[in-house]
Amino acid sequence: MTAMTATAVGKRYRTRWAVRDCSFAVPEGKVVALVGPNGAGKSTLLRMAAGLVRPTTGELRTFGTPVDGRIHPDVSFLAQNRSLYRDLTVRELTRAVGAMNDRWSTDRVEEVLGLLAGVDHDAKVGTLSAGARTQVAIALALGRLPRLLLLDEPLSDLDPLARDETLRVIMTDVADHGTTVVMSSHLLSDLREVCDHILLIDDGRVQVDGDIEEVLAEHRVLVGPVADESAVAGTLISATRTERQSTLLLRKAEPTPAGWADTEPDLESLVMGYLRASRDRRSPARRR
Amino acid sequence: MLTGVIEFRIDRRSGVSTYMQIIQQAKQAMRLGLLHPGDRLPSAREVVEATAVNPNTVLKAYRELEREGLVEARRGLGTFVTKSLSSAATAGDDAPLRQELSGWMGRARRGGLVVEDVDALYSAVRDEHYPAEEQA
Repeated sequence: MTAMTATAVGKRYRTRWAVRDCSFAVPEGKVVALVGPNGAGKSTLLRMAAGLVRPTTGELRTFGTPVDGRIHPDVSFLAQNRSLYRDLTVRELTRAVGAMNDRWSTDRVEEVLGLLAGVDHDAKVGTLSAGARTQVAIALALGRLPRLLLLDEPLSDLDPLARDETLRVIMTDVADHGTTVVMSSHLLSDLREVCDHILLIDDGRVQVDGDIEEVLAEHRVLVGPVADESAVAGTLISATRTERQSTLLLRKAEPTPAGWADTEPDLESLVMGYLRASRDRRSPARRR
Repeated sequence: MLTGVIEFRIDRRSGVSTYMQIIQQAKQAMRLGLLHPGDRLPSAREVVEATAVNPNTVLKAYRELEREGLVEARRGLGTFVTKSLSSAATAGDDAPLRQELSGWMGRARRGGLVVEDVDALYSAVRDEHYPAEEQA
């Protein structure tokens, strides 16, 4: 079963397309890194999946049901602005959010909050630090006992300790319940060690979609003489060149020709290669 | 109830994937005789509680170890070591080869060599004896 499917999804704001022709499927149980530069369309995509924004074209489904202006009962969404009632205490807020949800576990929220050192239950939400507010919002998201957790920049305002604490909470939920997670970040390094699937978005379009290990195994970085580039076969994703040397990122490369060094890319260089290629397509003049 | 006998240390800056680090550390523990047949590997949840990694990655690494015939998943019980990779040559502080290496290392240190010198010498000599294609 797929937790989430996008079919030719697009979203236009006035004249600008924030998301264009996005098609992908998130298999159940995956922990997906939704990455891309600022403004790539990550938040728009998540907000559409949560039913807060209607697509201009195409369709999004969660657990097989079209998202039609409302969030699926099995889905929880952490919005980037962490919209919480600032005048309530954490305890009052938990009760209030519980009253708004049909399926709800106060025990689960308290269990999660108990693991987070920096959150005072009796403090007013408005007085908490940005990081503590994020942690409260994540605890509330887990209170819905979701099968799919959509997290928009969950780590952006957390200090290293809170970040580790929060990832542990989310990953324990995955271990215990097989929860599917889609989390966005403009920093790949935030998500590298906790995700098994990558969805790279740039300029509103899907650039890479797949199991991280499989995606890496499908690509090679070849370094060799500029003059000899015609000897290399495969799908060229991006290239950087000096006077004598070419560094090529290739998908499905054929056997390496003599005189070329061949390595598997790490995720960072793979993502950089795709982003460079996408930027070059937009403004070819900047190509080197 | 048996408890896990080893703990994985995931180095985020090593450039080696979490998946590979778990496989390598499990094998190394088996080689050094820290893990014996019958021992239970830490559960995915235990690993996640100790270091915030993706439990799916832990399970995938265990499946690879199972495919290599080193461990066995028992439903509802956990993943257990089924094979020994240690031998008299590698296990224990008193293994003869280990003692020779220890003697050599002691002489290197007394001779004023630093860690980088020792590592460079060790890998140069290792590569002489084990050609690249054998180092899978």
